[in-house]
Amino acid sequence: MAVDTQYYAAQPRFRTSAVVFGVIAIAALLAAPFFFYPVLLMSMLCFALFACAFNLLIGYVGLLSFGHAAFFGGAAYFAAHAAKVWGWDPLGAVLLGAAGAAGMGLAIGFLAIRRQGIYFAMITLALSQMFAFICLQVPFTHGEDGIQGVPRGELLGLVDLNEPLAMYYFTLAIFLFGFFAIWRIVHSPFGNILKAIRENERRAISLGYRVDRYKLGAFVMSAALAGLAGGTKAIVFQFATLTDVQWQMSGEVILMTLLGGIGTMVGPAVGAALVVALQNYLAASNFPVTVLIGIIFVVCVLVFRRGIVGEILELARRRSKDAK
Amino acid sequence: MSTIFGIPAPALFGQILIGLINGSFYALLSLGLAVIFGLLRIINFAHGAQYMLGAFAAYLLLTYAGIGYWPSLILAPLLVGLLAVVIEKTMLSRLYGVDPLYGLLLTFGLALILEGLFRYWFGAAGQPYAAPQQLVGAYNLGFMFMPIYRGWVVIASLVVCIGTWLLIEKTRLGAYLRAATENATLVQAFGVNVPRLLTLTYGLGAALAAIAGVLAAPIYQVSPLMGTNIIIVVFAVVVVGGMGSILGAIITGYMLGVLEGLTKVFYPEASNIVIFVIMAIVLLVRPAGLFGREE
Repeated sequence: MAVDTQYYAAQPRFRTSAVVFGVIAIAALLAAPFFFYPVLLMSMLCFALFACAFNLLIGYVGLLSFGHAAFFGGAAYFAAHAAKVWGWDPLGAVLLGAAGAAGMGLAIGFLAIRRQGIYFAMITLALSQMFAFICLQVPFTHGEDGIQGVPRGELLGLVDLNEPLAMYYFTLAIFLFGFFAIWRIVHSPFGNILKAIRENERRAISLGYRVDRYKLGAFVMSAALAGLAGGTKAIVFQFATLTDVQWQMSGEVILMTLLGGIGTMVGPAVGAALVVALQNYLAASNFPVTVLIGIIFVVCVLVFRRGIVGEILELARRRSKDAK
Repeated sequence: MSTIFGIPAPALFGQILIGLINGSFYALLSLGLAVIFGLLRIINFAHGAQYMLGAFAAYLLLTYAGIGYWPSLILAPLLVGLLAVVIEKTMLSRLYGVDPLYGLLLTFGLALILEGLFRYWFGAAGQPYAAPQQLVGAYNLGFMFMPIYRGWVVIASLVVCIGTWLLIEKTRLGAYLRAATENATLVQAFGVNVPRLLTLTYGLGAALAAIAGVLAAPIYQVSPLMGTNIIIVVFAVVVVGGMGSILGAIITGYMLGVLEGLTKVFYPEASNIVIFVIMAIVLLVRPAGLFGREE
C-alpha cells in the first residue's frame, strides 16, 4: 500500500532510541502480569503477533491479504488437535500449527500472487472463505463446536503451563521470538528487496529480481508467523473454533494494523492491544462491537491513514526537521 | 420416471433452476461491482450490505408503511441509491487520489457498520417476506414444476442486466461513462462533469444491488447477514470473469450459479466451495479471468 513509509524504516539515528524503547518495552511486558489480568495480556500478545505477521505483508511488500484468518485459525486447529488428540508437547503443537500455516500459505500465496492489488485482496478472501467452509465440514474440527478442552500440558515436560504466570511467559517468549524474526526479515537484504517491490515492482523486475519468488517467500513467512500466533492462542485459551477462520477475523487483523500504523514495527502490536482491550471492555455491554469496529475503520481510512504510531513517528520526524 | 446420468430429471432441473436463481443474483451483484470498479477503481465491499439494505427497505416499507412489493421494487433501489450518493459525496470522493485499497477498506468498514446495526435491531434470524399475489403458485412445464416467482426472478434479473448493458453501451450517458473510464481528465476537459458522473455511477451500482435485494427477499429470508455471505462468493465470480467487461460479468454470474446448482446434484459436499475451486483453476490457467484483459 503506497503510504509514505520510507521514514519508518530503521535509520541509524533512530537506533539508540529504538534500543532504549525496546528495553523499556520488554521490562514492561515482563512486569505486566503482576498488574493486569494475565489472560487478557496473553490474548493481546497473540493478536499482536498476528497483526505484526500480517503487517510484514501489507507494510513491507504492499500486499493486502484479506484471508489471514485462514492461517491464524488453521494453525489453531492444528495445534489444538496435536495437543489434545496426539498428546503433543505444547511447544511442538504450536510449531506444528506454524508449519501447517506455512504450508497453507504456500498454496494460497501461489494462487494469489498471480494477480495484484485489489484482485489479490479478493482472491485471498475467497480462498480463506473456502478454507472456512472446509473447516465446517471436515470431522477433525468438530464443526460448530470446535476443538474444546485442549490441555495446556507441560512445556518440554518441565514447566506446568496450567500456572497462569508460566503460560504468560511462554506466550511472551513466542511473541518476542516472532517479533524479532519479523524485525530481522524486514532489516535484511531480503527485506530491502521486498520494500523495493512495494515501491516499484517493475523496476525491481528490471533489476533482475524474481519478484514472484520474493512475494511468495514473504507470504509464506507471514502465514507461518500468523500460524505461530494462532497455535499459541489455541494453547492459551484451550480451544479452537470457527471464529478464528472466518472473514471477520481477517478484517480485525487489518483493523489492528491500520489503527496502529501500517509499515511500522510496533504499530500493529499497539493496534492489536487497543482492539483487544476495547472488545474486552465492550463484552460486558450490549453495544454491537461490529458497529464500533466499522466506525474505527472508516475514521482511520478517512482521517489518519498512517495509524497511531505512524502519526507519532511523522510528528517526531517533522520536529527533528524543524530543529535543523 | 426419467433419469439423466442416474439422477431423476425433476431433481436435476430443480437444481439447475436454483442455480439459475443464484446465478441471477451473482450476475446482478457482479454487474454492479464491475460498473463501480470500471469508473471509480474501487472494489465496493459494501455491495453486500447494499443488497441487504434493499431487502430490508422492502420489508420495512411493507411492515411500517404498507407499501407492497411492486412499488418497493422501484422505491428500495432509489433509497439505497440515495444513501450511496451521500456516502460517495462525503467519504469515497476523498479517497480518489490515494491507493485504491483504501476504498476497499472504507467500504468494508461501512459494511460492518450497516450489518452490525441491522443485526442489533433485528437479530440474526431472518424475517419472512411474502411474494406478491400475482406471482404465487407454480406452472407445470411438463418435465418439472416451476414456481412462478422463481421464474420471474430469472426473467427480471435478465431484463435489468440487459438494460444496464444497453445503458452503458448504447446511450450518450453510457458513452460519457465509458470515455471517463478510459481517460477521466480528457473527458473533464471536454466539459463533462466527471465528479457528478462518479457519484451517479456509485449510486447506480448500489441501486442494482438493492434491486437484487428486493428480488431476493421472498426467496431467502430478509436477514442482516445475507449480504456478506453472498458478497464473498461474488468476489470469486468477479475474479473468474475479470472486471474488464460488463457482459462478461453477467455471463460468468449465470454460468457459475448453474454450475453450483449442478454440483449440488452430483457432489453436494462440494457445493459451497465449487466456485472458489473454479476461481483457483482459472487463476492457474488464465490469471486475467475469462473475460479480463491482462493489465
